[in-house]
Amino acid sequence: MAYSDKVVDHYENPRNVGAMDKSLSEVGTGLVGAPECGDVMRLQIKVNPETQVIEDAKFKTFGCGSAIASSSLATEWVKGKTVAEALTISNTDIVKELALPPVKIHCSVLAEDAIRAAIGDWKKKNGVAETVDAATPVAQ
Amino acid sequence: MSIAIDSKLPEGVHLPIYMDNHATTPLDPRVLEAMMPYFTQKFGNAASRNHSFGWEAEQAVETAREQIAKLIGASAKEIIFTSGATESNNLAIKGIAEMYRERGNHIITQVTEHKAVLDTCKRLEKAGCKVTYLPVKADGLIDLEELKAAFTDKTILVTIMFANNEIGVIQPVEEIGKLCHERGVIFHTDAVQAVGKVPVDVQKMNIDVLSLSGHKIYGPKGIGALYVRRRNPRVLISEQINGGGHERGMRSGTLNVPGIVGLGKACELCGQEMVEETKRLTELRDYLRQKFESKLDYVHVNGNMEHHLPGNLNMSFVYVEGESLLMGINDIAVSSGSACTSATLEPSYVLKALGLGDDVAHSSIRFGLGRFNTKAEVDYVADKLIDVVLHLRELSPLYEMVKEGIDLTKIEWAAH
Repeated sequence: MAYSDKVVDHYENPRNVGAMDKSLSEVGTGLVGAPECGDVMRLQIKVNPETQVIEDAKFKTFGCGSAIASSSLATEWVKGKTVAEALTISNTDIVKELALPPVKIHCSVLAEDAIRAAIGDWKKKNGVAETVDAATPVAQ
Repeated sequence: MSIAIDSKLPEGVHLPIYMDNHATTPLDPRVLEAMMPYFTQKFGNAASRNHSFGWEAEQAVETAREQIAKLIGASAKEIIFTSGATESNNLAIKGIAEMYRERGNHIITQVTEHKAVLDTCKRLEKAGCKVTYLPVKADGLIDLEELKAAFTDKTILVTIMFANNEIGVIQPVEEIGKLCHERGVIFHTDAVQAVGKVPVDVQKMNIDVLSLSGHKIYGPKGIGALYVRRRNPRVLISEQINGGGHERGMRSGTLNVPGIVGLGKACELCGQEMVEETKRLTELRDYLRQKFESKLDYVHVNGNMEHHLPGNLNMSFVYVEGESLLMGINDIAVSSGSACTSATLEPSYVLKALGLGDDVAHSSIRFGLGRFNTKAEVDYVADKLIDVVLHLRELSPLYEMVKEGIDLTKIEWAAH
């Protein structure tokens, strides 16, 4: 299978790899996917409690090149956005940016889920009211 | 630019490296040389009995029959030419089921067979046959006691592969054949991966029908053969392709003379070089394995390593995903147990039959070493793969969790 240049770039030079202390109140952690399915993403955000701006993001992913690229891109995109803005990132944006083929669309869905799960975790920790569309695990 | 990159490579390494010799093999130049005259000069139809073009072609076919028979301990008259092992397997299983229908309708096979056997058996089930699919043990071998228990008075055929194409394990063929003969049951084996690689003797091993292929043994694609025993017992097979009654009436169609010449030559070379090649490939295989095991944790081999093909190594690099692994080694041709690249997204059914979890099956790579691989290539492949595994484990949340002592089986994963 041919990968797009952008997927290859994220695979070879993944952005924001790492871990944050998930016990901290400003950190939200999303862990999505399952080893049996061949994809597990962990995306973490650090949110400024005053401005609700995502100041930092980290990820680790077990999965194919497209899954790694999707989650790496997701960390780039959420950084500097407010929590509300980050929730507007959709999987189709990721598909477009990385030129993912149809068989890899599930990777982008998983990355969107990871963003939502991380924000959901942060909201829960900080008693922020849930919005309707936030942090609902997408069943498929 | 490619020259600049090449100049940095160790001596004896040219990219891309081919290490997928269970999928197919390159044609040996000596085989090509033997075939060449039969395309343009000696192009006769082996069935033309009334001129020299036909005689010449027929002579070449008979020589090839001898060469193939010699490699497996058969006689030349017992070799039937086909288009490849998929056809051989279809002809053997369907042809026996049809011929012996009055005697019974039960067939025994096992779960890690090639699809050419499994799908043929499934087709026969629809046509009224009963098929028993024996499980394999964690090492990939069948349990002979389970085979014994599976026989019924309706059993006409046991079809069990000689060596597995993914994990390289060699089934106890001789014992299987003995159990069949004690019961008057025909024994067919798909020996595509074994012929030419390890000693095969249809007499000693009690084999009645055997499938083999040209392109797995440095011969051409599009040619295969079926060995069909002529005495003790004489095995009969109903033809599946009707036509001119070629190949003792078992397989009609004009013979592929250049392909047959190539298959014969390939068999001859395998016979001459087997001892030396086995020793060399076994050493390279063990060296590759040892390099991985000395540099990486959480790696293990799949399949019984005692009863094993010389050039095969199937390893799981746990906590990294197979497709991402392949992506990092795109200048090396190997095969992954992960089927993420295929339409099904299901990992290998062979690895799953060993009891491996989907996650481990997704992390498995099959290395198929062959005649033209060098030690320098093995070093390059090992070093590159180790680098990529280390890179991907840096990225792997699973590896991090396991290192922290978290039991992954206790986590409630959100299936997606």
